[in-house]
Amino acid sequence: MIPVCRLEDLPTGGSVRIDTAPPIAVFNADGELYAIDDTCTHQDASLSEGWLEGCLVECPLHEASFDLRTGQPTCLPARRPVRTHRVTVEDGVVHVHPAAEEGTAA
Amino acid sequence: MRTVTVVGASLAGLYAARELRAQGFDGRLVIVGEETHRPYDRPPLSKDFLTGKADEDQLALSDVDETLELGAEWMFGVRARGLDARGRTVLLEDGRTVSTDGVVIATGASARRLPGPALMGVHTLRTLDDARSLRAELLSGPRRVVVIGGGFIGAETASSCAGLGHSVTVVEAAPLPLLPQLGPEMAAVCAGLHHRGGVELVTGVGVAALRGDVAVNGVELVDGRVLPADVVVVGIGAVPNTGWLAGSTLALHDGVLCDDGCVTALPQVVAVGDVARVGGARAEHWTSATAQPRVAVRNLLAGRTVETVRPLPYFWSDQYGSRIQFAGRRRDGDLVRVVEGAVEDGSFLALYERDGVTTAALAIDRPRPFTRVRRELTRGDARPAVPVAAEPVVAGVAEPVAQGFAEPMAL
Repeated sequence: MIPVCRLEDLPTGGSVRIDTAPPIAVFNADGELYAIDDTCTHQDASLSEGWLEGCLVECPLHEASFDLRTGQPTCLPARRPVRTHRVTVEDGVVHVHPAAEEGTAA
Repeated sequence: MRTVTVVGASLAGLYAARELRAQGFDGRLVIVGEETHRPYDRPPLSKDFLTGKADEDQLALSDVDETLELGAEWMFGVRARGLDARGRTVLLEDGRTVSTDGVVIATGASARRLPGPALMGVHTLRTLDDARSLRAELLSGPRRVVVIGGGFIGAETASSCAGLGHSVTVVEAAPLPLLPQLGPEMAAVCAGLHHRGGVELVTGVGVAALRGDVAVNGVELVDGRVLPADVVVVGIGAVPNTGWLAGSTLALHDGVLCDDGCVTALPQVVAVGDVARVGGARAEHWTSATAQPRVAVRNLLAGRTVETVRPLPYFWSDQYGSRIQFAGRRRDGDLVRVVEGAVEDGSFLALYERDGVTTAALAIDRPRPFTRVRRELTRGDARPAVPVAAEPVVAGVAEPVAQGFAEPMAL
């Protein structure tokens, strides 16, 4: 579990990138918090710097779009999903629970 | 339509094949590719692929599942040699012919070369084979690299070479690289990136000749200077691959002439990507190659132009750790001002304006504000500037072209 920031520091429409390996992006989409892998699966670009619209984030480089709820790409050029991660708020602090890597104990 | 042949198996060709199936074409789909490789993405060739950060698997534009799903007949490693006058037969270099009802021309462009005999150590960078050969040379020890041409390919290659520890000089014939694309103010900013990356930039002087017998050993400039070189990368733009269409009835002039809907003089022949001159403009942009096929295929299947496409020009470039993004239709004389960040900080957004209207935007490491402006420009650009052509364009230019974005010539 990784503390990210205080909830008030992640306003609606905001995003934060955390320097995990691989990095994770946390979004506040109309009051709902989501976390996904930050790097676009098409080419090297940071989705935390992408364009947020509803539950979709558009990559700033080639306009690939991902559904924050599922990590699935909704259009080309991305063809592979990004991983999603659970987000909680505890005592006003946003926490990300990175999805376990394949083959490791949760 | 029972058979559609896509000539060209790179980005635009693959997108056209996808669109054909997505739009319900269930006939025979033939895809002809000159290269022996399955479709791959070219932009990383001068960047992560050259430096070894990305391997060939990461360049693939498609996977096995999708390839099977497309149900196409792929012909790799064979070049198209001609298209008959009615546009019903594609002739291949090996003597085979493909009878077809529709044709998508997606043959792209080739790197422009310097005249003179071939010398070892002289490279262009357009194809995977080009990149493999350059990479092999760069990984075998320190080299003196001279890059001819300061456009995007040249600048990115110089950046990658410098990153690998080579000594690099860029030669640009114009007073500044990227002048036609960015205008003087922002071209100067981008020129500064070379210096920051430890690369020498020689501007305002052309190349007279390459020196060397079997292998290159220097680049002679028109002012008499000779730059010693073990490796020379020639990045002086690209020429559309239209030679194979010489005997056809299609109008050719710096590309295959099409109307605003990518339809040529023959309604069953459309053109997309770098080879297509759509509505008077040929844009060598990745985003044009991906945006045009949907409309081109729709018009092909409809048998006439029912939709037009005019993607907002957009390009990006990664150099010396900075990401440059540009979108819009800048014209000479547009005013440019920095509206966010600062040039000195290496992160800013600049807007180009004419008569108080934003025409284009350039950002360095400022992706989100850039996207905002890019979306605004796209919205303002959605209305076609010229009416839909009722008849296919046979010749002539439908619209003044502000931007071709061909790489500036260094010679």
